[in-house]
Formats: sequence, C-alpha cells, structure tokens
Amino acid sequence: MKILLLMSSVPDTTSKINFTDGDTKFDENGIQWVINPHDEFALTKAMQLKEKHGAELVVLNVGTAKTEPVIRKVLAIGADRAVRIDVEPTDSYFTAVQIADYINKHPEFDLIMAGKESIDFNGGMVHGMAAEMTNKKFVNAVIGFEMKDGNTVEVSREIEGGKETIETTLPLVIGGQKGLVKEEELRIPNMRGIMMARKKPLEVLPAVEAEVRTKIEKFEKPPVKGSIKMIDKDNLDELIDLLHNEAKVI
Amino acid sequence: MSILIYAEKQNGKVSKGAKELASYARAYADKTGDQVVAVGFSLENPEELFQYGVNKVLNVTNDKLKDFNAFAYSHVIKEAVDKENSKMVLISSSNDSIYAGPIIAQYIDAGYVSNVISLPEDSDHFVVKRKVFTSKGIAYTAILTDKKLLRISKNSFGIAEKAVDGSVEEFNPPVDLSVYDEYKVVNVEKVTGKVPLTDADIIVSAGRGLKGPENWGMIEELADVLGAATACSKPVADLGWRPHQEHVGQTGKQVAPNLYIAVGISGAIQHLAGVNGSKYMVVINNDPEAPFFKAADYGIVGDAFEVVPKLIEKLKAYKANQ
Repeated sequence: MKILLLMSSVPDTTSKINFTDGDTKFDENGIQWVINPHDEFALTKAMQLKEKHGAELVVLNVGTAKTEPVIRKVLAIGADRAVRIDVEPTDSYFTAVQIADYINKHPEFDLIMAGKESIDFNGGMVHGMAAEMTNKKFVNAVIGFEMKDGNTVEVSREIEGGKETIETTLPLVIGGQKGLVKEEELRIPNMRGIMMARKKPLEVLPAVEAEVRTKIEKFEKPPVKGSIKMIDKDNLDELIDLLHNEAKVI
Repeated sequence: MSILIYAEKQNGKVSKGAKELASYARAYADKTGDQVVAVGFSLENPEELFQYGVNKVLNVTNDKLKDFNAFAYSHVIKEAVDKENSKMVLISSSNDSIYAGPIIAQYIDAGYVSNVISLPEDSDHFVVKRKVFTSKGIAYTAILTDKKLLRISKNSFGIAEKAVDGSVEEFNPPVDLSVYDEYKVVNVEKVTGKVPLTDADIIVSAGRGLKGPENWGMIEELADVLGAATACSKPVADLGWRPHQEHVGQTGKQVAPNLYIAVGISGAIQHLAGVNGSKYMVVINNDPEAPFFKAADYGIVGDAFEVVPKLIEKLKAYKANQ
C-alpha cells in the first residue's frame, strides 16, 4: 500500500497571534512551528497502518523552506520520504491545485490522509478540493479507519451528536481529526528517528501555475471583552438577575 | 439572480443552522434585491423557511436522496445553482456542510470562504470577515471569482424572523445514484434526546477542577436545569473522565453558544480559542488568578462543590417562578 500524508506546518497551539505590516501579514516573530494537530492524528494512523499492513508513507507539504524542520519531524516519526512544493500556500484553491497536480502525476497512492483543517487558516477545504480535482472519493472528520478485505475499508466520521460508519473502497482521501487514534497513541520522534530522518529523501518541486480565488486584504484581532463583573459566591441571585435582565440568555 | 442556501434538516425538519443561513441571505438580499432560494432534501416543513425570508424552497422529494451523501447532495446543489442563476451559495458549519463545502466549490467553480462572521462589506469588490487562527484572529477576505460560496460560522449572525411570501417546488434533477453504492452507510450511532454540543444555546463545561469523573453529576444537573449541553476541557477528555466528543478548544470542538458556563477550567489559550465566540461567559473558579476571568463576562471566585449545588437550587427556584 502507498499512503500520502498531506501536512501543514502551523504555529504551536499556545502561540499568541499578532499581525504586522499594517495588519496585512501574520507576525511570525517568536512563533514555534509544529505539525498541524489534526494532521498528527492522521500521521499516527498512517504509522499504525504501515506497521500492521506494510506501506510506504510519503509526506507532502506545500510551503517554503521554513517548513523543513517540521517535515523532518514527520520523517523522524516514521514517514519514509518527503516532498515539498516550494511556494507559500496563500489560497486554498491554489494549494489544492498543487497537491492535485502531484497526485495526478503519481497515481499510485491508495490512501491520501490529511487533517480535517489546519489550525492557522481553518479553511477545511484543501484536501476535499484535491480529492475532487483528482476524482477520488473523500470522507471528512474521520474518527475511525480500518482495512477490510481487499480494497474495502470501514471509515467512521463524526456527525452532529454522533457518528456514521461507512463502507467504501480505496483509493480514498480522508480528513482526520481527534478520535482517529487515541491521544496517548500520538507519536513523538525518538533519537534514532531523528538521526535517520536526516538521511531520508526530501524532494523539492516547483509550484505549477494556478488561479488564486480568494485573497486576505487585512487582519484584525477579535474584539476584547469589556471588564468582567465579579459576583459574590453568596449572592447568586445577582448572577441569575444579570443572566436574565442584562445578558437575556435565560 | 438569487442567493441559494443549503437548508439542512434535523429530525426531518428545517434545522437551526438553515434558519440562520436564511436570515443572513435575507439581510443581504434586502440590499441587493436578489431572491433567496433554499434547497432541501425531504424537508417536512419547508414552508417554515418563509418566516426567515426565503422566497422559494426547492425540496428534493426523491426518497433515495433522503440521507446525506456529500457527492449526491453537492450535485443537486449545483443543479439548483444553474436553475436559479445563483451567484452566491451559503452553507452552515455542520459536519455535513463542512464535508460537502469543497465539493460544492469545485462543482460550481466558486471561490470558497469558511467561518464567515459578517455580511459582505459595501465596496466595489466582495469582502467578508472570517475567523482565522481558531478564533484568535479575523481576516478580511476577498473572493475574486464570479460565483461565491460562503460557510457561515455557527451563531455568528443569529436568527432573525422576516416573513415573506414564498413557494415550495419539488425538485428532482437527475443524479448518479451509484455514489451511494461506492459509499454505503453501514451504521449510525446518535445520542438521542440531547442537544448536539455545537447547536446548543447554553453549554455547561467543566475542567480538572472537578477532581474526578464521579463529580460530574452536578454538572449534568446544572445543564438539565438550563436545557444546556455539557462540555469539558482537553485534560479532562485526555484523562478519559469524559468522552472526547465533549472536548471544546483549539483541537476539539469550536462552540459559540449564547451562554457558556465554565466550572473549574483555568482558561488556557487553547481552551479560549474554542469558546471565545460565545456571547456570554460565566466563570466559576476557586483561583482568583485563573486566566479565564480575563475573558469572561461574569465571574465567581469560589469552590465549585459549594457554588454549583447552590446555583442549581437558585435556578430551579427561578425556573419555577417563570
């Protein structure tokens, strides 16, 4: 089996978000970059499939050279090789075209795994668009994945208030999330993995021409809450009064 | 021209999300003079959408399309866009719509923006505000294509009644049903009788301050009294005290209820990212230095085991007098 992992390098979850250049750019000053957390669930599942069924695992990233330390981390965790398409992924459609172009030129992948969204721009669309552009089936918000006989797979996805289990076949694109593997199963690189990762191939490809369909004109920070009203723990009637008369939520 | 909304159903009826989309579309249509058209699948009460400003409902009555399939549904939506000459399509942020979004975008060749929180600005080009960095930022995003697809962030616009005269049309364009064979739903597990977390108007959430899973009885009781859903912080889900579906935060669910009550949650930046779309937040914590107090509207410093039972009694008395 051949598995392709679509991976984004994103600011660490504890990052304070600021903007620069007249609020037109994300301020990367002091930011720690990590594997997108939703992609981490997909990566761990990919490693489990590789260990159980045997597979080649290739990680694909669309990004400039600054994403390479994070790509190396994926290699250290156990991916066999990496491909980086050398361009800043500004628009989801543009990024999906880059990925689709790679998949169309390398039709051997049975399973293409991604996180359901990246925690920076939260579009939740690149992997779905790439699936459509390469004419592949696609399941999103995946919280369970098991191989059955031959090409058949059983996939569970989250739905409102529950889960739906689907039987489908490879090739397939999935958008993973929390629940796909257990939190404690998530892998971190060990020293041997880090040493080996240095020697694993990382191929850099130029971007293909593509249309840009959306453009961010400026950023702002969400409005800050007004000052908090403190209520004495022995005066809960005041809270109920505020919720009813001021907030009008009860 | 028209604005098209995909009106999802919940238990067969028009969903809360669909009403919010209709309200958004109506507000925009009042500026542009467009018609608002909804497409739904086996909706039992399509007429209800007239209340929220929908002029026409295309109701798919083909029984084979009753259950969601991202490819079949996206195909029908494309047919509706062509028929109604829609320039703008709106979808909600439910799991089904998030799933179908990129497929619809490809089928109708639209620029697609998610997590939209505002109507398009009045300018010579089309710009909407959307949440980015998991609610830690807002990006003014221009859509450069002729057709536009917007995924509206839940509870960001709200539901506004604005009745218009409407009509319902049966709509059954030809669809390749083989997609259902390639993608067979073999099992659905759904919690019944409970409000789905992401649709809840009120959420009661608790963290490690509760000391153990055996202490969640009072959280559930508080939620019951308020008709609320229950949620939890990441450590609590990771420890297995509560199911991971209840985890709200940066890597869990993003919620935006009218009222979020946080009990024994310190308010780490990752947790706040998942809840700061809430209209009002109440924080109950015995640590006056807990960072959550900086982000909340109402705060109580006190022991949860003392405050929560008292609050339940007070709320019961309040409800009894309503």
